[in-house]
Order: sequence, then structure tokens, then C-alpha cells
Amino acid sequence: MPTETKVSGQLGSLYGIMAEFDDPESLLDAARRARSEGYRDMDAYSPMPVEGLAEAIGFRSNWVQRLVFTGGLLGAIGGFMLCWWITVIAYPHNVAGRPLNSWPAYVPITFELMVLIACITAVVGMLALNGLPQPYHPVFNVEEFTRASRDKFFLCIEATDPKFSPETTREFLEHLNPREVMEVAP
Amino acid sequence: MKPEDQESTSVATLDPGPDKVIGPGHDYGTVTDEIGGVVFRPFLKTPPQMFIGFACAFLLVNLLMIAVTWLFVRGVGVWGIAIPVAWGFAIVNFVWWIGIGHAGTLISAILLLLKQDWRTSINRFSEAMTLFAVACAGMFPILHLGRPWLAYWLLPYPNTMWLWPQPRSPLIWDVFAVSTYATVSFIFWFTGLIPDFATMRDKAGNPVAQKIFGMLAMGWRNSARHWARYQKAYLLLAGLSTPLVVSVHSVVSFDFAVAILPGWHTTIFPPYFVAGAIYSGFAMVLTLAIPVRRWYHLEDLITMRHIECMSKVMLGTGLIVAYGYAMEAFMAWYSGGQYERYAFVNRMWAGGYWWTYWILILCNIVIPQLLWSRRVRMSVPAVFVIALVVNVGMWLERFVIVVTSLTRDFVPSSWGMYYPTVWDWSTYLGTIGVFLALMFLFIRGLPAISIFEMREVVHEGEATHAHGD
Amino acid sequence: MKHDKSLYWRSLDELASTDEFRAFVEDEFPNRTPDWNDPASRRRFLRLMGASIALAGASACTKQPKELIVPYVRQPEEMIPGKPLFYATAMSVAGIATGVLVESHLGRPTKIEGNPEHPASLGATDAAIQASVLTLYDPDRSQTVTRNGYISGWGTFIAALTGARDAAKPKKGAGVRILTGTVTSPTLATQIQDFLTEFPEARWHQYEPCGRHSARAGAILAFAKPMNTIYRFDRADVIVSLDSDFLSSTTPGSLRYARDYSARRRAAAETPDRTPPRLYVAENTPSVTGSMADHRFRMTAGGVAEFASSIRGDTGATSPEARAVLKDLQAHRGAGIVIAGEYQPPSVHAVVHAINQTLGNAGKTVVYTGPIEANPVDQIASLAELVKDMRDGAVETLLILGGNPVYDAPADLNFLDALKKVKLRAHLGLYSNETAAWCHFHIPEAHYLESWSDARAYDGTVGIVQPLIMPLYGGKTPHEVMNVLNDAADQSAHDTVQGYWQAQHRGTDFDDFWQITLHDGVMAGTALPEKAPPSAKMPEQLANGAGLEIVFRPDPSVGDGALSNNAWLQEMPKPQNKMTWDNAVWISPKSAEHYGVTTGDVVEIELGGRKVGGPVWIMPGQADESLTVHFGYGRTRAGKVADGIGFDAYAVRTANTLWQGTGASIARKARDYKFATTQHTQTMEERDPFRAATYAEFHKTPDFARPEEKRVPNDLTLFPQWEYKQHKWGMSIDLNSCVGCHACTIACQSENNIPVVGKEEVAKGRHMNWLRVDRYFKGPLEDPELYFQPVPCMHCENALCELVCPVAATVHSAEGLNEMVYNRCVGTRYCSNNCPYKVRRFNFFLYADWDTQSLFGVRNPDVSVRSRGVMEKCSYCVQRINSAKIEAEKQDRPVKDGDIVTACQQACPAEAIVFGDLNDPNSRVAKLKRQQRDYSLLEELNTRPRTTYLARLRNPNPDLEKG
Repeated sequence: MPTETKVSGQLGSLYGIMAEFDDPESLLDAARRARSEGYRDMDAYSPMPVEGLAEAIGFRSNWVQRLVFTGGLLGAIGGFMLCWWITVIAYPHNVAGRPLNSWPAYVPITFELMVLIACITAVVGMLALNGLPQPYHPVFNVEEFTRASRDKFFLCIEATDPKFSPETTREFLEHLNPREVMEVAP
Repeated sequence: MKPEDQESTSVATLDPGPDKVIGPGHDYGTVTDEIGGVVFRPFLKTPPQMFIGFACAFLLVNLLMIAVTWLFVRGVGVWGIAIPVAWGFAIVNFVWWIGIGHAGTLISAILLLLKQDWRTSINRFSEAMTLFAVACAGMFPILHLGRPWLAYWLLPYPNTMWLWPQPRSPLIWDVFAVSTYATVSFIFWFTGLIPDFATMRDKAGNPVAQKIFGMLAMGWRNSARHWARYQKAYLLLAGLSTPLVVSVHSVVSFDFAVAILPGWHTTIFPPYFVAGAIYSGFAMVLTLAIPVRRWYHLEDLITMRHIECMSKVMLGTGLIVAYGYAMEAFMAWYSGGQYERYAFVNRMWAGGYWWTYWILILCNIVIPQLLWSRRVRMSVPAVFVIALVVNVGMWLERFVIVVTSLTRDFVPSSWGMYYPTVWDWSTYLGTIGVFLALMFLFIRGLPAISIFEMREVVHEGEATHAHGD
Repeated sequence: MKHDKSLYWRSLDELASTDEFRAFVEDEFPNRTPDWNDPASRRRFLRLMGASIALAGASACTKQPKELIVPYVRQPEEMIPGKPLFYATAMSVAGIATGVLVESHLGRPTKIEGNPEHPASLGATDAAIQASVLTLYDPDRSQTVTRNGYISGWGTFIAALTGARDAAKPKKGAGVRILTGTVTSPTLATQIQDFLTEFPEARWHQYEPCGRHSARAGAILAFAKPMNTIYRFDRADVIVSLDSDFLSSTTPGSLRYARDYSARRRAAAETPDRTPPRLYVAENTPSVTGSMADHRFRMTAGGVAEFASSIRGDTGATSPEARAVLKDLQAHRGAGIVIAGEYQPPSVHAVVHAINQTLGNAGKTVVYTGPIEANPVDQIASLAELVKDMRDGAVETLLILGGNPVYDAPADLNFLDALKKVKLRAHLGLYSNETAAWCHFHIPEAHYLESWSDARAYDGTVGIVQPLIMPLYGGKTPHEVMNVLNDAADQSAHDTVQGYWQAQHRGTDFDDFWQITLHDGVMAGTALPEKAPPSAKMPEQLANGAGLEIVFRPDPSVGDGALSNNAWLQEMPKPQNKMTWDNAVWISPKSAEHYGVTTGDVVEIELGGRKVGGPVWIMPGQADESLTVHFGYGRTRAGKVADGIGFDAYAVRTANTLWQGTGASIARKARDYKFATTQHTQTMEERDPFRAATYAEFHKTPDFARPEEKRVPNDLTLFPQWEYKQHKWGMSIDLNSCVGCHACTIACQSENNIPVVGKEEVAKGRHMNWLRVDRYFKGPLEDPELYFQPVPCMHCENALCELVCPVAATVHSAEGLNEMVYNRCVGTRYCSNNCPYKVRRFNFFLYADWDTQSLFGVRNPDVSVRSRGVMEKCSYCVQRINSAKIEAEKQDRPVKDGDIVTACQQACPAEAIVFGDLNDPNSRVAKLKRQQRDYSLLEELNTRPRTTYLARLRNPNPDLEKG
């Protein structure tokens, strides 16, 4: 995710320019317009997930499910091997006259470990891909931005965008009749 | 706007009735303020019921401390257990608590996958309930050990003696199932909280709260990218938790089904334990939600629709459980197995605990049938009482299965009764105290309703509204 | 204090200096009010006791006697740590000896086993003998000579007694009296006789509370002289027991009788051509003998006399039963035994002597010898005379050698009042008991494992009693006390006993003779010679009192009270009702209804104006209008274990109602007395754990014990069965031989360090016996059949307990043992839940006594002492298996069949338990398991138990079966 991680400000004084909207629809529409305008480095902020918003700013990724699948697979294999190794290799005993490798008995543990590892990867992976935890981010410099977690919707075009220029970008955003347009200090 | 000022929550809290999941006039802001307001209320403005409730719960916690101390000092002999009834209250309570836990995951996971809109305002709450119930359940397997300080021997870890656990034993399956369940429930709950932590961080006036919520939010900033991955992860969690929640109580039921004891050795146990778990879980959610919604005036967020839906789930799972009882008895008779048959003769009239069986039938099967009537489902007190009855009934079910079956097994010479002692009761009540105390703290300290999901509800509401125009 | 050995001495001193310890020491003499039921106070007491013993010099525990004692197998200098030595000695109950071998670890006796060379044992023991080793280490035993209750010394006593003796010299000993129990010890008898010849006016009285008074008087009645009767059950085809419990330890020679009788039953069951013996029992209370009966006639103890006279032959038999019995007896002339109960009146014994003579049994199956008692007198008269003289003030010095007359003398004699009139009263006893409390001097008696002595067995065979250990508390033997009277105070018991036999011995090889005798534990050729009795006089028609009858019996577990303080015996379930820690008023269901009482009611029974209160127990098979009460309870100074439990039946027993009295009354005083029983379900509940058939049925369907529908074919399995290549241990229990005596239970307790839990815990269902004996009633409630079934761990090949153990604390050994790893057990108790036989026992508390130093001595060092929170169960005596294997390996030979004998098998008088290797087709156990009677408990569960049972066979009389 270069946008998050890269330190903003070739222009030194600016992270990006942000427009505030009242409802998800106008944000969605604005995002689409911005993309068709040719902007790439931008992000949208909304108090709750808005359908199609990610696509609108041109984001798609399916790393999460890949990670989860691998995690689950490893969990399952690990679980079964653990049981098998304990009863056949490490601590072989005649228990209740059962064969050393009583595989049907290993199914529950196999399953549980699969779920456990998969779930942990799901969350840890999601946070990692999102670059969280992240103690500082420029968007929080905008005083109004606190409402992004309440009832307002924001679109931020970042200075790293090749097409970005403080004036034109600001003009473009004002065309989208937002409540307000403001600059985001780095 | 100043976050704490109550004017910002300007919507009248009135129940919109059985077809709405949210009261009228709510927008993104008002739901945020109403739910967040519960947490940011000044300490002394906490409803008095909460103080009283917590005080009682805390007394019970101390009772538990005493009971457990005595238990560790003297040994498990302080309980009523003996030979043949070597498992008593400890295991009954373990199964009961685990069962209660199941509603949480079910509501958050399965109903999410089934796209049930009414789950939203109760899922956070019931996930917390799950966590605390599992915490209570988790105590018992350790407490009931003859040598509790060696409980860690059940874990597979390399040791100098090169000893390992015995994975053919259902108890080891339990170790994995319950610990997995606890972990996943926590992850699920916490993940759900992250965006709300962010909301609380941004709402918080006093810097300490801001710092704390800030750390918990981990820098969440509602970015569209984050939301995309977040939703994916959340959905996957739900998808994984669904089989998990089914597996956990199945494994718990294996503790009995795998054993050869008549009354335990039954193939129908896994499904009907799971149904029973959900049954008791929903009963517990109702038992807790109904007072809380009253005390904090959340009638417009936890509406009659929620209560009615939960009542219907209770009725449905109750019927599955009833079927389970019927099949158990039928198979016992149909199998023609002498011991199997006698186990039920013993359960129903011959044994010393026959009456528990009939009380359980009354509580779990007869009384809940009232829920067929819409009038009963619409009456909050009635639902509350039925929920309590079901809680009792489900505890008795576990008692009948665990204890009554053990009192009389194969060889008549070794039959015997079980009489719980004051220490059995104190331990049980004590865990109820732990559960309630944690619940009260959670309701006071964290957003008990998922704020961002409520915003979605508002959004959908508006969407449909707009569509209607 | 008890865990850290290094702290041991210091902490003892600390403890000893505490106030509670001093309080305890001061409290030593006056009556204590104990509470065995409260584990806490019990432990505290025992801890204090432990301290006091250790201070008294517990180090003496491992000292060898200074005289040479001869080991059974090896010389003492071969003593190797960890290697037990075995010594032969003899234990006397009521004066009559049984030969035993004692296992000694570094000079510490730990386990008693039967002496195969001894005719009364043949290697078997009973529960009381097994438990006697616990008495040796009992911290309640009196530990010092006391005078007026204050600690005194042996020297003081010698001075006092010598003084009394010299004072009596001019009067030829008038006023000096000696009171003993039954004496069969030739040495002791001679010592007393020597004294009496020197002091002709002195008197020797004898009183044994549960002695053979009737048998003695009966013989005199029939033959005009005392004679001893020996029964040859190995030769008997028809046995008629008139209230005789000859298979239980209340009858001298019972171990031998059980051995002979069960051998006959076994032979008949194993080989078709051998005829099974037929046993008729007429009795009022179900006894173990009654449980073996082919026909049990339920009648009042008084009614037995009538029944006896109805089968005497001359007068025609009245009832159909009597007629059938008589017919059967006459059909087997010379091969029948009619045996009268120890507690039936003399007249019955006389009649029986006559019957045996007329049937030609005398001399064949019923053998007569001279009396084995050194001085057979009517002990009741003897005691009555003593009491009379004491009351008249004619007694100045009374020397009580053992016994406890204040507690157990007939109530109408008022022994205590009379005793108080005696000037000098001295009491020798293991415990400072009720009698000691009223004596000026109390001398701690040496336990038989600390003593030199000798005694005769039921057939007169002499066994030398040799000590295994120096007296722990400086106890004295009767010989040493008599030496004081005989002015030889410095002569040791050893010299006295040896000296006596040296005098008796003809020839010069005395040393060899002595060595051999000590080595074998039996003095060759001392069995009394057979004597043809004069023809018996038949007494007149026997009368019988009317009204409600009370029958007095020694307790099935603690006997006449001498063993009351033995916790093993207290916790041993009484065979008939599985009750522990109590005695009760046994009443038949019908009478209970008639008198409006039920189990748990506390009643007051009244006989001849004397009253005693006790709880009621409804006993199926008990005769109507007949109550049975047992002695041995209601002790006040027995010790911490026995004080204050049960009620004292001696309180209503008088000289002329020694064993039974009529005209009693019963009245309820309270309800809901809490008994502690180990088995609550009386019947088999339409199930068949115990399988029995008549010989006829057996021959018709030989596989009755293993019907088709119960069988599990060996190949019925989802997974390959394990193979046990080298050894495959298994056990077979013959229900046809087992008499239900519970000796195995106590032997197991002694061998495996099984803790005692106390009444409260037993009541909760937490008794710890690894080997329980199940008791089932079959048939009508009034007169059911009584079945006994020993149930140890089955060592299933598909052991359900192992499957569910999460930490593999119980697993299978390569030889198929279901092994319990105590150190690994975390105590989930899942194994017990999943055990269909419920043979697992759990330490709900810290049951093992880690506090009482003296009790450490009794423990078997080869078996670990279990701690709190772990499961335990029968191990097939794995320690014995391993030592046998090591022994075989040392000798470079395979383990032979019979090398390994489990503790229960060893104790069993009926040889019902057989252990061995199933891989050896010729082993005894393998052969037994090939029998058609062989079946496994709950075979249909496919647990494949290694312990299996041989079904019981009955041999009923066709005439009576039809009727």
C-alpha cells in the first residue's frame, strides 16, 4: 500500500486535499468522477463501509482470503500431525487396545486447529495489510475529520498523485459540491 | 459540536414496534451519540439498577473465591461427588455455560451470513456474553480436577519426562475445542469493536479516554481500502465461526457420547446439544437484553422486532431439543438394549432423580410452547419469564444427563446417589456472579451495540425510504 | 512436618512441646470422647500419637529380637534391603492358634500370610489375621506400665506383685486369683500349674467372651468328659449344619474346613464323575455358610434345637425338610456330617454327637480327640465363682492376663462391682481398656508379633509363636508376668518357652528340633491323637422358649471386641449387609412390619429387664421373631477408632442367655439413623452379574453361564487386536467356591497400602477397597438366596478407562495389565465414569495418613502410597509379578505357573481366586478359563476382561426341589 506508507510531501507543505460530503451517495459519485478525471492516489473515508466505494477509487485485493486459506491448511495439517506424532512416534502406548494410529480420533483436533489458525491469520492479516496499528496519519490533522467516524464522508486526493496540483485539484473538488474542501497538512 | 452534550442525542427513544429494527428519526449522528452516550455518561449518572446489579454480582464473585479456596485446601471431596457419580455440578455447569456461549457466535456469524438485519443491534452484546460465558465454563474443567495445579498437563508441550497427552480422549478434544472457541470469539468481538473504538476515540472529550480508545483503535481511519479488507476478514471470520460453533458443542457432547455409560452413549447427542446450546444462549441474551434496554432507554435500537425474532429462534431450537428428547427415549426403547432401556426407566421414574426429568420437560418443552402465540411474544415480561424458565430447564437437562445417568449404570452393586453440598452451590452461583459482573462492566465501559453497523442500518433505511418515494 | 524427612525430629520436638500435646498427654488416662467420623480431629489425634511414639523411641521399630529367630527361607544375616524375609509364627484367636508366615522388611513386619505347613491354615488366612498387623502398629496401644492411671514402671509392678505373693505365701496363696482367657499354650498352662502347686489355695479362672462353652459342655453332656471334635469335610457327601457357621472364622479350623469343603465342590464341578457335596443349613441369620447351602432352612436359633431332635432318627422326622434331610443322611452313612453351631446350647451338641454316632459318621467324617484346652472348665461357672469370691472379699490379688471382663462379662454377674472390692488388681492387655481403667496396675501386653509363646491349633497341633520385632512399647507376655509370680522375674519369655519344650523333648537333638519347629512354624506330631468316644447319651426332647428371640453373635468383622480398634476391620463390610463402622439389630422383613420398625430406626431392645438401644437393620433371610445383635461395639476405652461407635450387646447378655434369649421386647426410640454401607442395591435387578444353576441344569445346558446372545466372537472388532506375546496375565474367580469371607479384601488392603476413609466417607460412597465383594439377594425377600461375588479390576483388553484418560495416566502394559500411573493422574475421574464395573477408587481427600509415624511401619514398601486427587485400583499385585519375574530371571528360567500369587489369591481359604499366564495353555488359570462355566462380566460390552468368573452350581435335594 504505497499511499499509506510513503511519507507525503514532495511539495513538503501538503499531504493532499480533502472534500467533505453529507452522504455516501455523493461521496461515491465524487470518487467515480475523480477516478475518471485521472486521479489515482486518493482515498475515501466513511463512517461505515459503503458498497462500491473501494472499487470506485480503484482498489481491489484478495490477499486476505489467500492468507486465510493457507493458515487453515497449515492448521489442519499441523493438528493431524501433532496427534499422529504423539501417539505413533513420541509416546506410543497400548491404549484401550486401539491401534497406535487411531486416526478417527484425531479429526476434532485437526478441525479445531484449522479454524483457530485460519481465524488468527484473517484478523492479523487484515490489520497487517491495512498497515495497522499506525500511530500517526496526516488526515487526522483535519479538525473536521473526526466526523468521519460519526456522520460525514470524505474524499482525499493525495499530493503524490502525478496529476495533483494544489489549484486544479482544489477546483476539481469544489465542482463536486462538497460541504467544504480543505488542505491536509503532512 | 461538543461530544458529551446530551442535546446531540435529540431523538425520542420510543419503540417503533415489531416490524422495525430501529426507531424513527435516526441518522448517522444520533445512533452514534445514543450508543456512545451510554459509555460517556458521567459515572454517577449510571442507572442505579446497574450499581445494585453489580454489587450483587460482586458478592457472588467473593463467594466463588471462598468456595474455590476451600476446594483447593481440602480437595474435590468437599463436593458431593463420589463413586459412581464422579462428575457432578462442575461438569453440569461447564456444559451449561458453554451452551449459553453459543448464541453470541451464532447471532454474529450465522445470522450475518443469512443477512438477518435484526442481528445488528444485539450481536456485539451477545458476543460479549459469549466471551464471559466461555470464561465461566473454562473454570470448571480445571476446578474439578483432583489435582488442579497440574491442569497444564492436558496441553501438548515438550517436557523433560517426554510425556504427552492422549488425543483419543474427548477431554483433550475439549481442551482444543474450548480454547479455540474462546480465542475465536474474542478475535471476532474485538475485530467488530475496532471501528467503534475509532468512533469513541473521536468522540471522547477527556484525554485519558481518548488515549485508551486511540490505542484500541490502532489508528483506524475509516478508509475505503481498510473497510474493503475489513469486511472480507469479518465475513471469513463469520464463515469459519459457523462450523466452529457447531463443532464446539458437538465435541462437548462427545465427552458423553464417546463414553459407554447408558444415557451418555447416544449418537443423537451432537445435534441436540448444539440446538440446546443455541436455545439456552438465546434465552440468556433475552434475559440480559430486556433489562438493559430498559435501563438505558435503548428501546428504539433493541426493538420488539429483535425480541420477537429471538423468541421465534427460541421456539424453533426448543422444538429441535424436544425432538432430541423424544428420539433419545425412542431409540433406547427401540434398541432393545437392556441397560439402555433401564437408563431411561431410571431417568423417568425408577431413579432417585426422576423429578428433575419432569421439571426439565416442563421448562424446556411445555412452557416455551406459549411462544406460538404472538401476544405472548409481544409481551416483554412474558418473554423475559420464559427466557428465565428455559435457562433453568437447560441446566436441569445437563444435570439429568450427567448425574442421573451416572447414578445407575451396569452393575447394580455399584449404584449410588449424588447429593450436592453447599460448596457445589457456591461454586455455581459464584460463576453466575463472575458472568454478571463482567457483563455490567462491559455495558458501562464499551459500546454495547455495534455503532458502525447501526449506521449501515440507518443507511439501508434511508435507501429503502428514498426508494419508497 | 510429615513431608520433609529432614525436619522430622525437630518438628516432632516442636510438636511435643506444644500445649495441645501436653494437654493430650495429661488427657491420656481419663476417658476421651473420640470422633472418628471427623477426619480432622482424627488426624490431629494421630499426629499427636505419632509424636508421642517417636519420642517414646520409635527407633526401636527396626531392632531385631536379641534371641535367634529362624527365618522361613533365609538366615537373617542375608537380610538385603528391599528383600522381604518370611518368618513362621502363629496367631491365636480365643486361645486357638492358626499358623502364619509374616513378611518382614528390614525387621519390620508388613504383611501376614498363611503358613502352608500349618494344618489350620494350609496357606490361607482370614480377615482378622490379615488385619492383625495393623494392630501391632496401632498408636492407641497402651505404651507404658501404669499405676492408678499414672505412668509407672515394670520394676514397680514386680515389686507390688512379689509383695502380694509373699503376703499370700503363709495362706498357701489364698486370695490370689488369675483370670485368663482360654489357654492352649502348654508353656503358659505349666507356668500357672507350677504356681498353683506352690500356692494350692490360689485359683485360676478362665473366661472367654465368645469361647467354645457350648461345645465343651455338649461333649461333657454326651460323653461325660470334654472332647474336641474335628470334621473331615473332604470326606463328607452330605453336610447338615445346625446353625454352624463353619466357613467363617467364628469356628476354630474354619480355614481348613473351607479349604476342604470348597475342594470337594470344585472337584465335582470340574469332573463330572465326582459327586458334589450337599449342604443343608438351618439358621436364623444368613451366614456365609448359609450362602453356600444347597438348602437353607430359615428358623429361629431356638427352633434349631427342635429341628436337631427331629433328625435324630429314633423319633420319626416331623417336617418334610427334616424327613428329606434324614433320608439323605441315612443314604450316606459314614459320609455325612451333622455339625452343631458353636452358639447352639450344649444339648444340641449332645444330640449331634449321638446322631453322628448312629449314622456311623463318628470316626470317619467326624473325628474326636482329647481337649486342646490346657484346662477345660466351664468358664461361665469359673467366672461366676471368681465374681462371688470377689464380692465376698475373698480375693486380695487379681491378675487379669489379657481379656476385658469389665466390658464383656455377662451383665448379670456385675463383674465391675465385684472387681472394685479386690485390693490389688493388675491387668495385662494390648490396650488400656475398660478393665484396665479399674485396675491398679496395667501392663502393656506384647503383640503376638512381638512375643515368644506357643499355642495349639484346632486339632491340637502346636505352633511356636516367635517375635518379628522387639516390643514397640516394651510390652510383656503372659509368660513373663507368670514368671514374676513364679519368682523368676528375670527369665525371658523365650527362655521360658524354649525351656518348657526342652524339658518335653526326648532325645539329644533338641537344637535341630527347635530350629526345624521355628522354621516350619509347626511342631511335628503334636496333633492330638484320635480317640474313640464312648457312645453318646441322647438328652431328652429339647425344649424351646417362647416369644421374641434375641441371638447374640460375635461381630462378622470385629469379633468379640478384641479387634474393635482395628480400622481395617471396622471398614470391612459385613458380608451379609455390606455395613461398615456399626453394629445393628438385625430383624426379618416380616417381623419388622409386625413390630412397626424399619431400617434406620433406633430401637431399645429389652431382655430380662436389661435394656440396650441400637439401630435396626432389616435383614432378608433372617428368621421371623428373631433378632440378631453383634458384640464388639459400644466400646468406651478401645481407642480412637472404636470408641463410641455402635452399641454394646453385652449389656443385655447374661450367664444363662449366653447366645440366645427369648421373651425380648423391642420399642422404637428414634428414626433415620445413618448407616454407612458399601452397597445400596440388594438384588441383581433382572441382570445377571452372578450366574448360577443346579447340576441338573448344568448337565442339560453346559453353556448356561455363557448363552449365545451374550457372546462376543473374538473377531468382532473394527481394528486389529493387540498381541501379547510373552505373558498374558489373567485371573479366574470361582463363584462355586467363594464363601464371601472378605479375607481377600483385607489382604488386598494390607498388601497395597489402601487407606481407611472413615464412616462419613463410606456413607458418601468413597470407600477405597480395590477388591470389593458384591452381595446379591435372589428370590423372595423373606428367604432369598445369598450370593457373593468378588470384583477386582477386570483388566479389560479394550479398557474403556484408558480410552478416555486425557493424560495417558492409565495404559496397557505389554503383558496386558491395565496399569495406573499415579504420578501422571490429574484426577478427571473420567475413567471411573467409563468403567462399567466401577472398580476404580478415587482419593477425594488426602486419605493416606501422612501424619502418624507408627502407621508408616505397616506399609508395603513395594507399593506407592497414593496422594490426594489421584485414581487408584487393583493392579493384579504388579509388584509381586515383577519380583517373581526378577527371581526367575536371576535363576535363568521362565516364570512358572504358581510363581506369582496375588494377595487376594493367597489369602483365600476356598482357593476361589486363581491368577496366572493365559499364554501358557497348561497354567491353572488357562485350564479354568477353558471350562464351560467360565463367563466374563458384561461380555456383551466387548471389553474383553482378563478377570473372568466360574458360575456357581447348586446341588439341591430332588425331594425338596419338588416340594
